[in-house]
Amino acid sequence: MDVRSRYNVVVTGKNGGPVVMLAHGFGCDQNLWRLVAPALAEDFQVVLFDHVGSGRSDPSAWRTERYSTLDGYADDVLQICRELDLQQVVFVGHSVSAMIGVLAAIREPDRFAKLVLLTPSPRYVDDAGYRGGFTQADIEELLESLDSNYLGWSAAMAPVIMGNPDRPELGEELTNSFCRTDPRMARVFARTTFLSDNRADLEKVTVPTLVIECASDVIAPREVGAFIHAKIAGSRLVTLDAVGHCPQLSAPEATTRAIASFAADS
Amino acid sequence: MMSGIGHVPSSTGPENGDVTEETIFTALLEDSAEDLYENAPCGYLSTLLDGQIAKVNTTLLRWLGYTRDDLVGRRRFADLLTVGGKLYHETHFAPLLRMQGEIGGVALELRAADGSQLPVLVTSTVKNSADGRPLLIRTTIFDARDRRTYERELLRARQEADLERERLQSLVATLQRTLLPPTLLTVPGLETAAYYHTASSDQLGGDFYDLFPLGDGRWGVFLGDVAGKGPDAAAVTSLTRYTLRAAAAYDPDPVAVLGNLNAVLRQEYSSDDPRYCTVIYGLLVPDGDGFTATLASGGHPAALLLRADGTADYQFTPGGLLVGILPDARFTATTVRITGGDTLLLYTDGLTEALTDVAAGARYGDEALLAFAADLAPTTASGAIRAVTDLLAAFGEGVEDDTAALALGVPASLIQEPT
Repeated sequence: MDVRSRYNVVVTGKNGGPVVMLAHGFGCDQNLWRLVAPALAEDFQVVLFDHVGSGRSDPSAWRTERYSTLDGYADDVLQICRELDLQQVVFVGHSVSAMIGVLAAIREPDRFAKLVLLTPSPRYVDDAGYRGGFTQADIEELLESLDSNYLGWSAAMAPVIMGNPDRPELGEELTNSFCRTDPRMARVFARTTFLSDNRADLEKVTVPTLVIECASDVIAPREVGAFIHAKIAGSRLVTLDAVGHCPQLSAPEATTRAIASFAADS
Repeated sequence: MMSGIGHVPSSTGPENGDVTEETIFTALLEDSAEDLYENAPCGYLSTLLDGQIAKVNTTLLRWLGYTRDDLVGRRRFADLLTVGGKLYHETHFAPLLRMQGEIGGVALELRAADGSQLPVLVTSTVKNSADGRPLLIRTTIFDARDRRTYERELLRARQEADLERERLQSLVATLQRTLLPPTLLTVPGLETAAYYHTASSDQLGGDFYDLFPLGDGRWGVFLGDVAGKGPDAAAVTSLTRYTLRAAAAYDPDPVAVLGNLNAVLRQEYSSDDPRYCTVIYGLLVPDGDGFTATLASGGHPAALLLRADGTADYQFTPGGLLVGILPDARFTATTVRITGGDTLLLYTDGLTEALTDVAAGARYGDEALLAFAADLAPTTASGAIRAVTDLLAAFGEGVEDDTAALALGVPASLIQEPT
């Protein structure tokens, strides 16, 4: 299966414009960019995709071992860039995808023009001298929540979700039509996301970097934003007057402005 | 909804003189919207788009042990959740609600003022203004203590079932390995290769093979298929394998080996529960520039000889019956010479019985396999096994049964050193 269908790659926007690649985080898929992508598409060539195990990516590409580290995801990002021959990429990573972008940019710095880290965190679990905001027990609690909420997912609906609607009547019954994920894969992604520690990778970033945080975000609190800003030399930090972990939904205009002005800046 | 009132008045209203019904009806009308909101059998919560609590009903306050002033204008909805619930809310609930305008039936845990947890089911909708702008979020909360206990039991049962299944699969894989040699021994002057295709990870298959020395440079080889699947078949496979080895050590003549296996299967299993297998047994004797193979078969598909000159043929052993069925089964042998560039291919019927067209029920068959072999020849043992492996992979789901294949080839470049 080719790269485009494996990662459900969607390319829109200005042909020949600077490339902005939008990477979704844990919990959803490229739909999360729906309020931001159209405005960015006016000036940029926008590349959207779904991580393997999320959205409409190819479920047969799933390998538990590969996706048990963020390196597996970073490798996918580089593969998409190579296959689509993307150069001078402005990589925008939301949440866990911010660290996926960091890893990709360390491995192939020439591929990337800039990094935008949207509500990032290099480590969610507290550690000596570092406050990520969560304990190991909290992460187990999240896994329990995942187990009791197979939103929009059931084995019977899997064919529809995987884009094989031999039972089209099921399509109408789907309530949560966005961000459907096979719960087994979501569990692995959740562990990979919330139990990774990428603090040591931050200072290896050589690509110009913008950190965007929200004024109030339970998942990526402001001290974490400040930590990243301090570790990545020359990085910029923007604090949006927004609440929650997904400013591309709660404050789409401000988020678009921050991304676009940094991406266009030369 | 009106349960507890007892009697629901007809649509024409109370009849004259029926004082009781009239009283009930009036009482119903006096159930104000206000009271219904405050003391509804569920929690109500209205928040701003950022989750800040703007309105909350008495039922929810009572469940959580908060006063109105504790919450309104001071706390967000997510503040009422456990930490794991907050993570779920931020990564799933809030984004979905934003995108869809509603989200329903989400299981979360609320944290009460005294620190206790209340399992609930949460449904939220976004209320829009007349021009379609989102204004606020309305949330309904149901007490789900009993339901969640039950669901947790279901979940635990499911996790246990998953674990059991994994355990079974690893047990099956381990047992299956004990029925096959871990690697084929090296036979001087002969290249060997084998492949075992497992059709099901839950069930033991009944195919087997082995290759072993018999002294004086002679080798024994067998490949077979026990009827059935699962533990019973595996027991027969195990017995068959060791009997063949022992019988060959006692008398390596292929007809005698199969005769002895037949006798043992007959002795072990009663005639009202017969167990049988098909097996091809070969005695390999080196002779100059190759080997003479004496083959005897008990009801097994004929071996294929892929010759150095590019031709291929079945090596039939007529009259060989299934082993283990009849008390005095007769087996016959055939002799094949294999020299430089020749490859002998043994296989089980999982290969020829594979469905090539699932919808039409068409199977691969002997003729197609012969054509495949003729196309392939000349080849090597590893080349033949690679081709069979690819063929099975191409059949995919069409391979319904376990399939074993074993190839023996005399390398084309082999030059006998003068002794």
